[in-house]
Formats: sequence, structure tokens, C-alpha cells
Amino acid sequence: MKRKLPLAICFIMGIVMIVQFFIPHPVSLESANVIYKWVIALMAFALVLAIGNLIRHHGFKIQKRKEGWPYSIVTLAGMFGMAMVGLVWGVAPDSLYQRIFLNVLAPLGGTMFALLAYYMASAAYRSFRARSLEATLLLVSAFIVMIGFMPFGQYVHPQFPAFAEWIMRVPNMASQRGILLGVAFGSIATALKIILGIERSWLGGKE
Amino acid sequence: MPQSATVTKSPANVRAVDKPNDAGSEIQITWTLSVDDPSLEGYVVFRKTKTDTVYQRIGSATRGVSFFEDDATIDGEIYTYTVASSRDDELFYAESSNMVSSRPQIFHTGRINVLLAILSFAGLLAYFVSKARTGKTLYIRQIAGLAAVEEAVGRATEMGRPILYVPGLGDIDWTATIASMNILGEVAKKIAQYDTELIVPNTWSVVYAVSKEVVKESFVSEGRPEKFKEDYVRYLTEAQFGFAAAVNGIMIREKPATNFFIGKFWAESLIMAETGAQAGAFQIAGTDSVLQLPFFVTACDYTLMGEELYAASAYLSREPILLGSLKAQDYGKLIALLILVGFTILAFLGVNFLSVLSVQ
Repeated sequence: MKRKLPLAICFIMGIVMIVQFFIPHPVSLESANVIYKWVIALMAFALVLAIGNLIRHHGFKIQKRKEGWPYSIVTLAGMFGMAMVGLVWGVAPDSLYQRIFLNVLAPLGGTMFALLAYYMASAAYRSFRARSLEATLLLVSAFIVMIGFMPFGQYVHPQFPAFAEWIMRVPNMASQRGILLGVAFGSIATALKIILGIERSWLGGKE
Repeated sequence: MPQSATVTKSPANVRAVDKPNDAGSEIQITWTLSVDDPSLEGYVVFRKTKTDTVYQRIGSATRGVSFFEDDATIDGEIYTYTVASSRDDELFYAESSNMVSSRPQIFHTGRINVLLAILSFAGLLAYFVSKARTGKTLYIRQIAGLAAVEEAVGRATEMGRPILYVPGLGDIDWTATIASMNILGEVAKKIAQYDTELIVPNTWSVVYAVSKEVVKESFVSEGRPEKFKEDYVRYLTEAQFGFAAAVNGIMIREKPATNFFIGKFWAESLIMAETGAQAGAFQIAGTDSVLQLPFFVTACDYTLMGEELYAASAYLSREPILLGSLKAQDYGKLIALLILVGFTILAFLGVNFLSVLSVQ
């Protein structure tokens, strides 16, 4: 029963949502809306569980003075602090909550994003070493594309930018589309396997 | 309402039809442009019901446009439309349209091709699954990234360090996340067998709840429920780069021997994968995010590309029924490829069937 019930719910809801896609009638659209509202309600319950996990994990780290425990204090203080600020002073556009969000959280996120440039350089250095035929092809095509998209490219050869554009538009696009075609079939197969109960890894995998 | 009508200046052939494949309450009106269209200000659309004596203005269209959608009709009510061209504050009326009423549709005829594709694919799936049930051996090519999973778990066990499994930043409604949950189930089973520590950081609360259940069930199915720890699956944050920073912190502080990055990823992919590479971890990635694949190929030891992500669960579990479904996927792709090549050749010959493939 513990396995059959989730499988039955999964099958019924999956079929309902597939059928709904083909029926534009308001009754069908309304039933889909009701299901989406249920999903939002479930998300709210899941958020309670998730926050409980966060508090338990960091509370335990602080209690046991595990490595890096002061960071756990910052995490919990940040979470409860933001919640209190939002609950007491509201979340209007000019509120304290929004000011903290825009002046603390957004720049911190931007800083992490900016690190991407450094990581790209170090990853490029590692992968552009011509150790094999594939790596050499990668190096050559990356070199052409980089030079081709720079203003400097047309001084190397007038056709250089056009060649770089061709690499992006033809071989690159063709391989991307090949991958996407496989992804589309994989997605459909995964969805059908779960709806029909063929795929049960999410339930522990046994019959 | 002015009743002036100049045949040469007014639009003509006003037609009204119920909008196809909709939920009702919409009627589409079309007309032939006025011969003086370039010099007009535009067109004004009027409507009246069977009981109305005069037309009511309901909207307008700019010059050059011969289409209007009335999205405020009452289903079942009969309407008549007319369109007038407008110039110098004067209106030139066309003849009234046919009578029409809107109604909701039961079946979306513009999606028949999708229905046929799903039914065909489901048929293929049923055929190969039933073939697998008979015990027939199905050949599945070696996928290096998946063959390395055993090695990855074994390495962490030997080093006495945990395994980090990042199920991506997609919520549970992304198919890549669902595929990641399937792979997590198989990886967690191996972890339960090897008695290794596991860390599964999550960015969405629902994914956290699902991954916790998946890991727990895997430990139960391996007969080792007592080895499961609540702390294995963690909720971090919904902030994209906050999550990346937290995962980087885990990689630096807890030094996992093996990192799995499997699911949907965006710009944070390289930040996490490169940190793991610099920390010396063995890394296996898998995503259907085409733009992130080069980053994973660069920074990870093995990468599952696109469809390999969806094949992983079957490959790892080696269950014949799931392997059968992989065959269905391959044949589905072959058929799609033949259709695309066939339609392309026909298009070169001047026969265009591409509209058959469009989805409304």
C-alpha cells in the first residue's frame, strides 16, 4: 500500500495533466488551476520542512562547535533577521527589507557571479591545452571564434568574423540541436515511465 | 453613428468566426483592407447582438491590419460585426459580417500532431518494455560517466570522505530534476552498500523533501535504514549565487572525495565545478542545459550529455524493463530524424510539410 498509493496518485495526476493539455474547455483549464494551487500549498508545507532542516543542521553545528560554526550563526541570524524585518516593517518597495535586499544580498550575488570570469579563465587554461585531437579542435575553434568576434578579427583577415559566425551558426548549432532532440525524447520517456510506474527509482526502485 | 459609406474607401468582406481551439469568449474578425489603406488613420471595429439596434464600438486596428480579436463575448450569444475605415475623423463602413457566436472547444485540433507523437512513442515504449519482460537481452552502449559511478563511490569510501550530490537548481517541475532524483536513488543505494557519507544540498524546498525521501527509500531498499542520517539531505537557499557560495563552502570545508552535479544548471555551474576540480575531487556531471555542458566537460572528469542524463537510471539499475525504455527512446529519435530528413528533402522539391510539425 505504501508503494501502490504514490504510484496510483502519480498515474492519475499524470494522465489528468496530459489530457488537460488537449482540452481547451474552461472546465479543463479550471481543474488545472486547482491542481496548480495544490502544488503551491504543497510547496508551502515543504518550505516548513526545509527551514526546519536548516535550523536543525546549523543549530547542531553551533551546539557541537563543529568546524566553521560561526558561519552557522551568521546563516541563522540572517534568516531570522530578514524574516523579522519583513514581518515588522513590511516588504514594500522602499522598506528596510527591500533596502537590505538591494544593498546586501544583490551585491553579494553579483560578487559571486563576477567570480565566473576568474573561473572561466582557469577552466579555459586547463581545457585549451592541446593534449588530444578533441582538445586541439576545441582550442582551434575557440581561438577562431574569440578572435572573430573581436574588432581585431577583421584586421587578421576580412573573412575572419564571417568564419567565426559560421562556426557558431552551423557546426555549433547543429550539435546543439542534436543534443536537444535527444533531451526532448529523454524528457518524454522519463515522464511516461514515471506516470506508467515503469520508473520507480524515486520510490526505492523495488517492486 | 454616421452612416456615410464610400465603397472605394471602406474595408470589405468582413468575416467573423469563433476562435478555434480556445476556452470560449473569443471571436476573430477579418476584413479586406480598404483600397485607400495607406492614407487611412486605421480601422474601427463595431459589434451588435441580435437584440441591439445599433452597433457598439469595441476596438480598433492600425492601417495595414485586417484582423481583430474580440475577447469579451458571451458564449452562445449571437453577434454581428462591422468594420469602418477612419480618415479625417470620418468613418466609412463596410457591409455587416455574418452572424456568429463563441463557444468553448472540447478538443484542441492544433495539437493532434502532439497526441499522435505521444501515442506512437507510448506504443514504442510498450513494445520494447514487453520485449524486455520476455527476457530478451538488449544491447546498451557503454556510457563512460555512468560506468564511473561505482568507481566514484568506491574512491570516497577508500578515502573516508563524503560524496556530494548536487541535484541542480531546477525545481521539481523540471524533467532534468526528476531524472536527477532517479539517479540519486541509484547512487544512494551504492552509498548504502559502501557505508559512505552523503551530502545532498538543495535549493528548492520541494526538491529537498523529494530527495530526502528518495535517499531514505534507497537505504531502506538496501536493508540499511539505520545508516540513513537526516543530515545527509540539506536545504540551503533559493538564491542562485547564495546556493553556489554555500556549495563551494561545503566543498572547501568538508572536502568531499566525489562530486555529482546532476540536474538543471545555469551560470553557477562553472563556479561549483571549477571549485570542485581545484579541491581535487573526482567529478561526474550531467545536465540537459546545453549552454552549461561545455563548462562541465571542461571542469569534470565525466559528463552526461543531454539524453544520457535520462538514460542513467536505467543504466545504473540494469532493470530490463527500464533498459527496454531506452530502446524506445533510440527508435523514437530515429523516426524523428527520418521525418526531419524526409521533410527537408521534400522542402527542396517544393513540397512543404513543415506546418504538420508546428504546435499551437
